[in-house]
Amino acid sequence: MTFPGVKALDNVDLTLRKGEIMALMGENGAGKSTLIKCLTGINAFEAGEIHVEGIDGPVVNHSTLDAQKKGISTVYQEVNLCPNLSVAENLYIGREPRTKLGTIDWKEMISRSSRIMKELELDVDVTKTLEDYSLALQQMIAIARAVDMECKVLILDEPTSSLDDNEVAKLFKLMRQLKEKGVSIVFVTHFLEQVYEVCDRITVLRNGTLVGEYPIAELPRVKLVAAMMGKDFDDLASIKTEDNIDFTNAPLVVKAKGMSHKGTIKPFDLEIHKGEVVGLTGLLGSGRSELARVIYGADKNQTGELEFNGQKVKINAPIDAMNLGMGLLPDDRKAEGIIGDLSVRENIILALQAKRGMFHLLPMSKQNEIADKYIEMLQIKTASKETLIGQLSGGNQQKVILARWLATDPDFLILDEPTRGIDVGTKTEIQKLVLKLAKEGKSLIFISSEIEEMIRTCNKLIILRDGQTVGEITENLTQENVMSGIAGGGEND
Amino acid sequence: MKSLKKINGNTLLLLITIALFVVMYIAGCVVYSTKGFTHLQTFLNILINNAGLLCVTCGMTCVMLTGGIDISVGSLIAMDCMFIAVGIEKWNMNPILLMVLVLVIGAVFGMVQGFCVGYLKIQPFIVTMAGMFFGRGMTAVICTEQVSVSSSELFVKIAQTKIELPFGAYTNNKGVLQVPYVRIPVVIALVVLIIVFLMLKYTKFGRSLYAVGGSEQSAVMMGLDVAKTKLKAYVLSSVLCSIGGICFCLNTMSGSVQQATGLEMDAISSAVIGGTLLTGGVGNVIGSFFGVLINGTISTLVKTNGKLLSSWSNIAVAALLCFFIILQSVFAKIKEKSK
Amino acid sequence: MTNIKKLISKPLFLPIFCMILVMAVNIIFDAINGNFALNFFTISVRNGILYGRLIDVLNRGSEIAILAIGMTLVVSCSAGTDISVGSVMSLAASFCCMLLAGFGVSSTSSYNVPLFVGVIAGILLAGVCGAFNGALVAFLNVQPMVATLILFSAARAIGLLLCNNLIVYVRVDSFGVFGGHLGILPTPIIIAAVCILVATVLLKKTALGLYVQSVGINRKASRIAGVRSERIIFICYIICGLCAGIAGIIASSRITSADSNNIGLNFELDAILAVALGGNSLGGGKFRLAGSIIGAYTIQAITTTLYALGVSTEQAPVYKAIIVIIIVAIQAPPVKAFFARRQAKKAALKGGVA
Repeated sequence: MTFPGVKALDNVDLTLRKGEIMALMGENGAGKSTLIKCLTGINAFEAGEIHVEGIDGPVVNHSTLDAQKKGISTVYQEVNLCPNLSVAENLYIGREPRTKLGTIDWKEMISRSSRIMKELELDVDVTKTLEDYSLALQQMIAIARAVDMECKVLILDEPTSSLDDNEVAKLFKLMRQLKEKGVSIVFVTHFLEQVYEVCDRITVLRNGTLVGEYPIAELPRVKLVAAMMGKDFDDLASIKTEDNIDFTNAPLVVKAKGMSHKGTIKPFDLEIHKGEVVGLTGLLGSGRSELARVIYGADKNQTGELEFNGQKVKINAPIDAMNLGMGLLPDDRKAEGIIGDLSVRENIILALQAKRGMFHLLPMSKQNEIADKYIEMLQIKTASKETLIGQLSGGNQQKVILARWLATDPDFLILDEPTRGIDVGTKTEIQKLVLKLAKEGKSLIFISSEIEEMIRTCNKLIILRDGQTVGEITENLTQENVMSGIAGGGEND
Repeated sequence: MKSLKKINGNTLLLLITIALFVVMYIAGCVVYSTKGFTHLQTFLNILINNAGLLCVTCGMTCVMLTGGIDISVGSLIAMDCMFIAVGIEKWNMNPILLMVLVLVIGAVFGMVQGFCVGYLKIQPFIVTMAGMFFGRGMTAVICTEQVSVSSSELFVKIAQTKIELPFGAYTNNKGVLQVPYVRIPVVIALVVLIIVFLMLKYTKFGRSLYAVGGSEQSAVMMGLDVAKTKLKAYVLSSVLCSIGGICFCLNTMSGSVQQATGLEMDAISSAVIGGTLLTGGVGNVIGSFFGVLINGTISTLVKTNGKLLSSWSNIAVAALLCFFIILQSVFAKIKEKSK
Repeated sequence: MTNIKKLISKPLFLPIFCMILVMAVNIIFDAINGNFALNFFTISVRNGILYGRLIDVLNRGSEIAILAIGMTLVVSCSAGTDISVGSVMSLAASFCCMLLAGFGVSSTSSYNVPLFVGVIAGILLAGVCGAFNGALVAFLNVQPMVATLILFSAARAIGLLLCNNLIVYVRVDSFGVFGGHLGILPTPIIIAAVCILVATVLLKKTALGLYVQSVGINRKASRIAGVRSERIIFICYIICGLCAGIAGIIASSRITSADSNNIGLNFELDAILAVALGGNSLGGGKFRLAGSIIGAYTIQAITTTLYALGVSTEQAPVYKAIIVIIIVAIQAPPVKAFFARRQAKKAALKGGVA
């Protein structure tokens, strides 16, 4: 199967062999999504052809349904199934088995679905509604749907972003099963380890052009990153904290005692000193984001108390936390970070303005001054400060949100996945910024799913598991140490 | 355990509705026992009076399942009634032909609305609100006075046909045998109810309505034609509404500009009371049926009292709608929290 | 060509263009009927009061303009419309007249309570209605139009109850002032001007405008950034309710009575139309108050013109409904995309020729 010269991407060729797993890699904006959209018929392409095994002549897909009929199925990061319908229906909607009268044959549908679930070794009651199952299972069901449609090509677009390691392992098992059955898989991910774990070949895109196709053995990590970035990249390892600063004598900024939020985080204690960067680590759903959100008041705490700068405080809403000098950069940039239709300037001053209150509008001259200052300081690439933030790239949007919080001059800043989904260059900049802020005497919570990144930036790591804090690492911050902590290697239960 | 709770959340709304109806009806029987509330005919009268509403609510439920809403129904009924009335009285047309025409008008009306919602992606409320004013205005364009239907024998005959039930007969205090009866609109409405129920459960279109309401984006990704489904939903709603309009006209035997004002409110509240979620994806017409019964019982109670102003039934329905909306949103909040 | 494009992309193009269109229709209509062509614009002073069709539009459009202020905020912050404003107008008027006349009295020539008490109470009750809507939308996350549907049907009914199913006449001169004249100017114009001024100051001198827009665009993000989203939405609905109250008092004062069934009838359509015509997206987010205000007067001009063309009050909604659909359809993303594609094709064609 080949796709010569998909011109929307400027002459990208892609070959996928039967029964292989190929990683499609590239930084944000490299053209991965565009390529996928062209393949699945969401976007039209201007030039080039698609050939699929068993079909004579070039294939043109006008819709996802069209593509599915020709054997190309896609599973996206967000589960694209209907939560209100039963599992069986989700598997068969649009192609329900019919009775002789032309009505839906529920009995047949349920028995067939159960069979599929059994084949894939998934323990699912197909008559229950989809929303009763975890995100990971939903993702598997989505894949099951795609596979059952007799697909030859399965495209997985960042399916692992919201899964924890255990779930990822299950997914990989499923992928290998499919591979043996002769399904070709295109696997898009940001996680390098996963690529090396499961893929056979790697295709790298950059700026809408093809960099190359490599067998996995011929492309070690460093080379892969280099290929993606198109330069010998700024060695990430070069930024490092000075080892083992002792914070015990520094004044306490945050002292949480027994705080909790029902269903997401069990009671925890936490102490953060001035100038300290505390990392929260754990699997997704371990409560690392939730812990931070409880402190900030984004989710209200139901038990326990919080002392901030030595004062006992009560936080009912984010604004209370802000007034105390806190800030939270949420993990979901699009949903909780940017205000898409407002300008960069308005986005930067929003938090500061909210802090000042409705009746103390910042004068326009002051607004401009602040916006200019941070655009310059963080090197935000924008046409002007009146450009709508929605038009910027992901990394620059993230910088604007950072600027929003820096403008409020917080004593304590929570950064939840500040580097997710942005390119490696910006990642480094953000990590450097974190260290700089700490040096200025600000306290930070840093949350990231990349352990290496945390090791480089944090003074102390707190490990969470199942909504509970289970350990703390201050010395010997190494990947092995952290990993074993997360996995729960004997020191607990 | 968790799933048990959730299933209960949706069925609970329906159970509350049925319980509410039973309680309300029994209360009516106790309080107004001297006014004949206990007789089967009172219940049948509720059905007769609300046959039109039942048709409309079935359509409304389908639209609401997709996450939309149709507030043009009241006006469309006024337009239909006026069209039939004027058609019979002034243009001397055949009532059967008129009824067919009304269905065609409904289909076209729904098609325009459905096109705007489905293909142009305009908010359903805005579209159907424009439809609401358009319908009401058109009624005035057809004729501004009230028109009573009396000249067509056929129409009068259809309207006055009593279908007597084989059971439940009783002798009243004057010694006359009273046989409980229903009228043709009730039969029409019940047939509509059953057809829509089967359609929602056993056809691809019916399930598509749920899918679109559950997650529009997913429905697209799963290869459903969302725009077409929505278009069909609005056409269905307007056609059912026109059938309701015919029932309405058979009941009132007249057409006027002010007819069926606020009917959209009754239809929406019936659907919501019957457990249809405003956000779409959950609900069925059986619930809506009970919603209609509750609505009918309220107005019958107000009427039977005789002293209360008719606005009370409006207010009671609005209050009930408010109660159920709050209930729904509380359920939604609990659900979100438990996640 | 590029100049025209620039003009069209100006934010206030749509309302001003429509206004000019309506005026043009008037001029042509007058000219055809053999009247003075600029009849629409002539203003004269009769009996010490300004007269003229333009003044009439400004006068009659006051209620819509006032409603448009509240509606703009509601649309912006909650991406939905308040369809209860017409009914709330009626309720405010009924309550005010009921207080002034006393319960169950159908006609009075002396006040039962002081005038200002009645008026303030009426407006405040409308504010309470707004608060009710706001509470449902902001705190319980009910879709705005469903939430306001409750009062859309109930408020008028409550008004009827308050008036004991009667039309209450308040035959006192001072009550008629709000809908009458102050000096040579019709009072509604003055009231509307004051309301617009207050709203403008509120938006320019406080951060309300920024908050409302940011909540309208992304409620969750606004909350994290410290904006009390619920409170902002709540405030907007209260403002909308108060606006409806003021408009209701004016409407009631014009006819010196509370006619629950007819006051504010179809006004929700006009108010929403004003917002849409003002170039504001009904999907919420960014807004321009000036657009809505011009939109409001344009609506009134359309209504006046329709009446002048011999369309009855009951039939007028047909035309307005069509206008709403056209405007909203033009704003709809698929249509925009369609025109953009055509433009691109044309450009490509031209490029090919050159």
